[in-house]
Amino acid sequence: MNVPKEIEAEIDERITHYPVSKRSAALPVLHSLQEHFGYVTEEAVEWVAAKLDLEPINILELVTFYPGFRQSAPGKYHIRVCRTLSCAMEGSYELMEKLCQEAKIDRSEVSHHHPIAVSEDGKFSIEFAECLASCGTGPVCLVNDDFHEAVEPAKADKLLKQYD
Amino acid sequence: MSKANAINYKKGKEPHAREYRLVFKNVDRKGWDPGIDCYLQDGGYRELKKALLMDPVDITEDVKKSGLRGRGGAGFPTGVKWGFIPPNNTKPVYLICNADESEPGTFKDRYIIHQDPHQLLEGMIISCFATGANLAYIYIREEFPEGARILEKAIEECHQKGFLGKNILKSKFDLEIFVHRGAGAYICGEETGLIESLEGKRPYPRIKPPYFPAALGLYMCPTIVNNVESLCNVKHIIAMGGDAFAKLGTARNTGTRVLCVSGDVVNPGYFEVEVGHITMGELIHDLCGGLKPGRKLKAVIPGGSSAKVLRAGEKFKIKKGDQEIEIGIEDIPMDFDTLMACGSMAGSGGVIVIDDSRKASWILNNINEFYAHESCGQCTPCREGSLWMKKITDRITRGEASPDDVETLESVAFNIDGKTICAFGEACAWPTESFVAKFREEFLADTSEKYDDAILNPETELAAAHLSSET
Repeated sequence: MNVPKEIEAEIDERITHYPVSKRSAALPVLHSLQEHFGYVTEEAVEWVAAKLDLEPINILELVTFYPGFRQSAPGKYHIRVCRTLSCAMEGSYELMEKLCQEAKIDRSEVSHHHPIAVSEDGKFSIEFAECLASCGTGPVCLVNDDFHEAVEPAKADKLLKQYD
Repeated sequence: MSKANAINYKKGKEPHAREYRLVFKNVDRKGWDPGIDCYLQDGGYRELKKALLMDPVDITEDVKKSGLRGRGGAGFPTGVKWGFIPPNNTKPVYLICNADESEPGTFKDRYIIHQDPHQLLEGMIISCFATGANLAYIYIREEFPEGARILEKAIEECHQKGFLGKNILKSKFDLEIFVHRGAGAYICGEETGLIESLEGKRPYPRIKPPYFPAALGLYMCPTIVNNVESLCNVKHIIAMGGDAFAKLGTARNTGTRVLCVSGDVVNPGYFEVEVGHITMGELIHDLCGGLKPGRKLKAVIPGGSSAKVLRAGEKFKIKKGDQEIEIGIEDIPMDFDTLMACGSMAGSGGVIVIDDSRKASWILNNINEFYAHESCGQCTPCREGSLWMKKITDRITRGEASPDDVETLESVAFNIDGKTICAFGEACAWPTESFVAKFREEFLADTSEKYDDAILNPETELAAAHLSSET
C-alpha cells in the first residue's frame, strides 16, 4: 500500500495531538486513509496498526464497529440519507427510493453488515445513516462532505445533477 | 420582548418574540461569520480575559451558583460535576467537549459549531482554566465534516491571537485544544463510551462506579465531559455572574435552553427560551406556527427520541407551590423538573411533535430501528432486546403480529431497562414502554390472532410471513 508522503505527514501531525497515547490517534488516522483511498482495506488496517504500535486486531475491531468506516469501495460520490424519525416523517424513505431510481442503484442486497449499495457505473453509492442532527430541515443527506437539507424526494434528480 | 432585538438577523430567520437569545445570539445573525475577527468585534474573548484574572475556584463556584444543568441530556449540574475532581488530585486533568450530537430530534450544537465556533472555544478555555485542564478535546461526530474544519480553523486563529498555547494572555495558563472526529456511533455520546473512543478503542461504556469521569476518565485521569451548549453557557455565566444567570429561567431550572422542534408542525426549528417560561402548547402553537392544517395533536416526544412519549389527552399531576395540580400536555412548562414529574424528561431539548396522521407503531418502529442499530452490544439485554423490539414492531407495522406480540414487546423493554451498564438501556426501552402503555389499543388493533401460533408452527405460511423479518 502506497500512502502518499503528504498524507503520511498529515497523519504524523495528527498523532502529535495525543501526547499521552498514540492509540488515541486510531480514528483520525483511519479517517485520513479512508478519505484518501475511499475505504479501509486490510492493508490499511495493518499499516495503521504498525504506525501506532498496535496489533491489527486493535484496528480491525474499530473498522468493524464504527459505521463511519467502510470496508469496500464506495462510489465516486457517497450519499448518506438520514433514516431517523424526523427525517422519515418528512419523506426520507421516499428520498432514498428516488435517489436509487435516478442513480440506478439496487439496494436489495443491503444488510446491517453491508449497508452500502453502489450504482452500476460506480459513480454513486448510497446508505441510510442514523440521525444527522438536522431534524428541523428534513429530509437531509450528505453527499461526500456536502450537506443537503430539505431535499424533496421529487427533486432527487436535481441533487444528483450537481455531481455530474 | 426578545433581548436580541438590537441585533439584525437574516430575513426569515428572526428569533420569535418569546425567545431569549443567549447561546444562539449569533446564529443566523446578519453579516455574521465564524471567523475570529467578527467574534472579536462583537466583544468576543472579553469573558476569557475576565476569567483569567479570577481564581479558578471562584469560577467553579460561580458555575455552581448559576444552577446550570448539563444540556446534553441528563441535566446534571455542571458546577457540581466539575467539583467531583478529587481535591488532592496530582494527575493531569482533561476536558472534553461532547460535540457528538446525535440524539434523534436534537439539532442545536450543529448551529453553534458551524456559525459560532469561537463562543464554544471561549467557553471551553474558561472551563479548562477553572478545572485546571491543560489539554482538551472536542469530540465531534464524523457526520459534521465541515464543522470539524471550522473548529480547527477557529483553534488556529486562537493560537495566533494568544488565546491558546503557552502562557495564555500572560496568565501562565497553558492549554491545547484538539478536534477529534468520531466515526458514526451514537454510543460515543455516552461520556464513558466517548472516553473509550478517544482512547482509540471500541466505545463500550465503562462500568460504574466511578459514576463520574471527573474521578477517573481519560487515561484514568480526572476528566470533565460537557456538552457544547453547556460550555457556551459558561461564557455567559462569567459575563453576567452566577447569581444573575440563576435568575433566568425558573428556580432549579435556570438559564436558557435551545429547544429543537421537528415533526408535524408548520414551522419546525430551534428556539432559545428561558427554561420553563413557555409551555408545550405555546411552543407548538405560537413559536412553531401550530399543527399542519386540519390535524390534531396525537403525541409529543419532549426530549430526544429516548424520552418517554406524552400523549395528547393525558393528564399529568405536577406540584405547584404546595399544591398538586392536574394539567394537560399543552400546559406543561418546558423545564427539567416538570417534564420529569410528567414521567418523561427534558433530555437534549429535542421535541418531536406527532399529529393524528401518524401511526404509533410506525413511529415506534422507526425509533426501535435506530436503537437496534446503535446498541454497542456490550450488555446482552440491550444488544438482543433492542433488536427483538425492532423485529416485533416491524411485524406490527406489517400487520403480521399476534396480540401476544404486544405483551412480549413490552416485556422485552422491561427486561432491558435498568439492567445495563449505561443509560442506553433506558434510552432504548423507554420509547417502547411508553408507546405501548399509552397506545396499547392502537397496537393491538394492528394485530391478529391468526398469528398466535405462528412461532409454534414454523412450517406454516403464516409463520413464514410472521417470521420473515427474523432472518
